[in-house]
Amino acid sequence: MKLSKTFDKSLWVFHVNSGSCNACDIEIVAAVTPRYDTERFGIKLVGSPRHADVLLFTGPVTTKMKEKVLRVYEQTPDPKVVLVVGNCGDTTGVYFDSYAVEGPIDTLLPDDAHIIYANGCPVRPENVINGVKEAWLYLEKLRGDDE
Amino acid sequence: MVDAVVEWSIMLALVLLVSAIGIILGLAYKGFDRKITAMMQSRIGPPLRQPFRDVKKLFMKETIIPDSAVPWLFNAAPILALVASLVAFAYLPLGPFEPIMEGYGDLILLLYLLAIPAVAMAMGGLASGSPYATVGAQRELVLMISYELPLAVAAVTFAYNYNTFSIAEISSQPVWNTVGIVGAMGFILILAALVAVMPGELSKVPFDQAEAETELAEGLFVEYSGRNLGIFYIAEVVKMVFVGALFIALFFPYQLSNFIGLAGPTVPLIEMGLWAVLVDVAFFLFKLLIIIYIGVSLIRVAFARFQIDRANYFYWGPMAIIGLVGTLLVVLENTGI
Repeated sequence: MKLSKTFDKSLWVFHVNSGSCNACDIEIVAAVTPRYDTERFGIKLVGSPRHADVLLFTGPVTTKMKEKVLRVYEQTPDPKVVLVVGNCGDTTGVYFDSYAVEGPIDTLLPDDAHIIYANGCPVRPENVINGVKEAWLYLEKLRGDDE
Repeated sequence: MVDAVVEWSIMLALVLLVSAIGIILGLAYKGFDRKITAMMQSRIGPPLRQPFRDVKKLFMKETIIPDSAVPWLFNAAPILALVASLVAFAYLPLGPFEPIMEGYGDLILLLYLLAIPAVAMAMGGLASGSPYATVGAQRELVLMISYELPLAVAAVTFAYNYNTFSIAEISSQPVWNTVGIVGAMGFILILAALVAVMPGELSKVPFDQAEAETELAEGLFVEYSGRNLGIFYIAEVVKMVFVGALFIALFFPYQLSNFIGLAGPTVPLIEMGLWAVLVDVAFFLFKLLIIIYIGVSLIRVAFARFQIDRANYFYWGPMAIIGLVGTLLVVLENTGI
């Protein structure tokens, strides 16, 4: 994978709600509003996983959403980063041990998926932006491996 | 024979040069558009070179062709859209420069070249085998038949007024000097109709139903990724500059160098001084910025998306009537009633 520095100046984000309670989704919308304005870093919300560089998951993965989560992950072109927003995707949070929940996202995605966590219940918009910064660090590492 | 070969190779080189300039200008103006939009929404906005980064990134990404797609059509559509937009530059007067292919094409050809990117997008959408893209393609075609009516009315009015379809002849004399007060009012109405056509032509809000990301998940482009999406991105920005340059050629073909006392376009290009050319090019770029600001950025920020049937009504109802009234006024002026 040959990456140049341009890549992390223009990250397009696709948002997947894998069964969240909507609190994190609202905080993500807050991150693109004029107060935080992520577009100044070149971060843009897109409507299709085919356009995305970052997949942003909110919520624990419910039984119904499991297949869709995997399918969206496969539809995204390489190179890609997964950003899990909120406690639910990390540990299933308040839905722990629920009969309707398939478990945290890292147990479902393929092993080579790179997952970054932005914790909080719900997350603060600053933490979402911090998660994207972590994605930049990961992409920098990808570049370092090649050179 | 040798002369013809030399002439054609010069023409080819010029076309390639103009294409490169068109792509760079398009991406730069897209950067301006995004920055101005962000400032109007009291955001900081991306840097001006953000579109260049986006395109470079898209070319680095993996290009996926879905199993349900028709591969050759799916891959051909973005290239067709880009080529049609780039070829149009060869027939347009750009600033102080005459059209490169002068004498080979006219206003009617330009209207067809304007239509091809939209048709290519619809083709690509239908070929990608996704229900979202199919709905997007249908909307794009509906939108196309809608805005073609005011556009054709405007083209016919210009041809009637100048007795020619040649774009170079039309832009050699500003339209406001050829008519009296009644005709000028008619052309102001046609200008208004064409400003309303511009966002539809460029698939921008309020006429971006075909790629509405909130309802249709990017519509036409839903299955496009990587290089193909990058080519569509470039085609879109090139078309923006092309439509802006067409506006300038039709309505504002003024040159600044005459006003400030440099030998302007009244003499052949070779005899113009370097400063005169530079001033005219800078003035052309400034006019382009104003037109893109009004036709794309301002309208995009001020309005929300129409429903597709209302967009159709908007073009066939009010805008077509405004255009036809404008034509009537120009005809009244010219027949001297």
